[in-house]
Parts: sequence; structure tokens; C-alpha cells
Amino acid sequence: MPSFVHGKAVMELKGTDLSCVRGGRRVFAGVNFAVESGNSVVLTGANGAGKSSLLRLVAGLIHPEQGSVALTGGDDELSVGEQAHYVGHLDPLKPALTVTENLVFWVRFLNGEAPPEPVSAAEWGLEAVGLGELGHLPAGYLSAGQRRRLSLARMLAVPRPIWLLDEPTTALDAAAQERLGAVMQAHLQGGGIILAATHGPLGLEGAQELRLGSKAAVQ
Amino acid sequence: MTATVTATFAALAALFTRDARIAIRIGGGAMIGVLFFLTVVTLVPFAIGPDLALLRRIGPAILWLGALLASLLTLDRLFASDHDDGSLDLILMGRVPLEIVVVTKALAHWVTTGLPLVIASPVLGLFLNLEPAALGATALTLLVGTPALTFIGIIGAALAVALRRGGLLMPVMVLPMTIPVLIFGVAATNAAVGGPVPFATPFTILCALTLMSAVIGPFAAAATLRHGME
Repeated sequence: MPSFVHGKAVMELKGTDLSCVRGGRRVFAGVNFAVESGNSVVLTGANGAGKSSLLRLVAGLIHPEQGSVALTGGDDELSVGEQAHYVGHLDPLKPALTVTENLVFWVRFLNGEAPPEPVSAAEWGLEAVGLGELGHLPAGYLSAGQRRRLSLARMLAVPRPIWLLDEPTTALDAAAQERLGAVMQAHLQGGGIILAATHGPLGLEGAQELRLGSKAAVQ
Repeated sequence: MTATVTATFAALAALFTRDARIAIRIGGGAMIGVLFFLTVVTLVPFAIGPDLALLRRIGPAILWLGALLASLLTLDRLFASDHDDGSLDLILMGRVPLEIVVVTKALAHWVTTGLPLVIASPVLGLFLNLEPAALGATALTLLVGTPALTFIGIIGAALAVALRRGGLLMPVMVLPMTIPVLIFGVAATNAAVGGPVPFATPFTILCALTLMSAVIGPFAAAATLRHGME
């Protein structure tokens, strides 16, 4: 795993007094969190409590009504979203392209600096999630779990310090869930940061829990 | 700095290749557009009747109308398909400015859809009894004018994402904006066959329209997409 600790600099991802309005409805308000390199936050809460909205907000895909998200110790020229991986409910794959072509595209597109070798990075990512044998298959033939694995392979093939995971274990079998747990631990040991929304156990040791919904409902 | 520029070009090349590959493999791009073009051009003589002199006179206009409709036919899913499968989220999280992404996607669309129409137009012109000079002039004006159709059309394609509604809404919004391109495209072709004005006059205006839409279209489409993601 690549290391994100440059010298002594420790990254900190901080969300201050965040509130979010979607479709005229206040989803949450007054949410604070702070997480340093090597640590993770697990977002929990009932359906509609705003777990996905918070992740999309950190990714910069939606804007907060109030508050801000800041990353200290990262690359100052890039936004938080440009230093993060986002794995949402959708798997961004084109059914007409093969598994390898899909992944190689994202490796080439998402890499900031010129990558050493996008094709070998992609192949390594596919091996890591157990899709090495299916590289030549059109992505349209993949099962839901395999599609999810291909999305996760993207995080391994392109090094970015922040991982925003929205129920990453959906459709994964037990072995793959275990593997994901190991991959996430390795990412944290390399100095990465993980924000994950989940309903079940993720296998993240020592994660802070951020419970959404209870406070927001009062406001 | 240089490394960033190299990485940006690599990212754009990857995007272009992906879009072109998808268009060719699904058959949603090149082939469908040309077949639709063929259908429109074939229908007109049936509607008008076997008046060869009339066909020769209105031939360039029919070819232009056919190309206009065919290039818009495949445009409405340009951003909607990326939005529906979550690709647009990741594209926004990439390090390439959205405006340049939009230009790249527009170029990929033109190469897979507009260019085949230009190449097919002389053959279809024969069906309409066009003289050789008119065949050449139509192909030339389409070559210069179809990029304008794509660059205007991407605004509608972005609106289809923002309004979460595709289908016929896109052509209804975009077609009025393409009227100047149609007017000067057909005028230039007619001028080449011996119209009242010299060929260069409407042709240079057509070139100007293409250049203008290449500047305005990407900014408008990118702004629409950013707004529509909210």
C-alpha cells in the first residue's frame, strides 16, 4: 500500500458545523467531525439520516448550506474531493467496455501526476479484489458483487488519501467483506483517512462513530 | 506544472477513447446516426414525388435537415448516461476542469457521429439528383457546420441531466438554437451551385458560428452540469 505520510506532516480532515438541505428538507445540522491520518469515522443512523449526503458533501458533489470541510496537511492546490475516492451506491461502469478497460479508464482519468503504468496498476487492482481472471469480460456481465469489487479496485489502483465509502459491503460475499476490512486497515496504516457509512460491522478497529439523525431531528 | 499538464492530457485522451469505444461498440453512435440520415433522405422523395428538378433544387436543404436531426438523435444521452451510473460524480472529482471534459466529450461525439454523416452525405446526395459541385459543397459545409450542431447540442444534453428528463425535451430546446447554422449551411451550399451571393460570404459566417458555439457551448454545458448536480 502507498504511504500518505509525507515526513512528519499529519493530515486532518475536519468538518465544522455542517448542515445540509436536500429538496427543501433539512437533512442534518450542526454536524462536526475531525479525523487524522490513520483514523476512520463510521457514520451510522437510520435511513434518511443523511449519511450519504454527508459523504457527498465531503466529496464536494453537493454544497453545505452552512459550515465547511477542510483538509490540512494535504495538497493545498487540490480540493478535498480531488484527493478523495468516493464509492457510492452506483458502480460507474460501462457495460460495453471490458472489466480492464473500465478500470484502466478510471486510473488514467483520476491520476493527478503522470502514473507510472496505468495498465499494470489496473491489473494489480483487479488481482487484489479477485477479478484478475475476468479482465477481458464486458462489464455488463458482472454480478452486483463483482461490480462492487471493480469499484473497490479503483481505490487500490489510484492512490488517494481519503476514502469516502457509502455502504461498501453491499452485495459483497463474506470473503470479500473480510478482504475489504484488511484493505481498509492497510490504507489506515499507510496514513489514509476513511469515512464510511454503514449499517453493519465493517471491521474497522478503533473507528470513531458519528451518529446522524438523533440531533438533527431535534432542530 | 509540466507533469500536471501531461496528466491532464492523459486523462482527456482516456476519456476520448472511452467515449469513442462505447459509441462504436453499442452501435449507438456512428451506425445509428448514418442509418437515420439515410431514412430521412429516402423519405423525402416519396413525399415530394418524382420531380427530379425540384429534388435537385432542395437537395442540399434536405441533406442539412437530415444531418441536423441525426446528430441530435444521439446527443441526449451524452451526459445522462454518465449521470445515471455515477460516472459524472467521479468526473467531477477528477483533476481536469469540467469545461475541458465537456469539450473532449463533444469531440468524441462529433468524431463518432458527425464525421460519418459528412462522409455519407455525397452518397446520399446522389439519391437526390445533386450535381457534383453541390455534392462537394454540401460535404464541405457539413464538415464545417456539424461541429456547431454538437457544441450547441451539448447544452441541451447537459440540461437533460439538470432537469432529470431526457427524450424529446432536448431536441425541442436545442433545435431553435441551431437555426442560424442551418440557414448559413444551406445558403453556402446553394451559393456554390450558382446562387446570387458568392460562396465565401455565407461560408465564413458558418465558420464563425462554429467557432462561437465551440467557445460558448462548453462553458454553458459545464455551468448547467454543475448546477444540475446539486
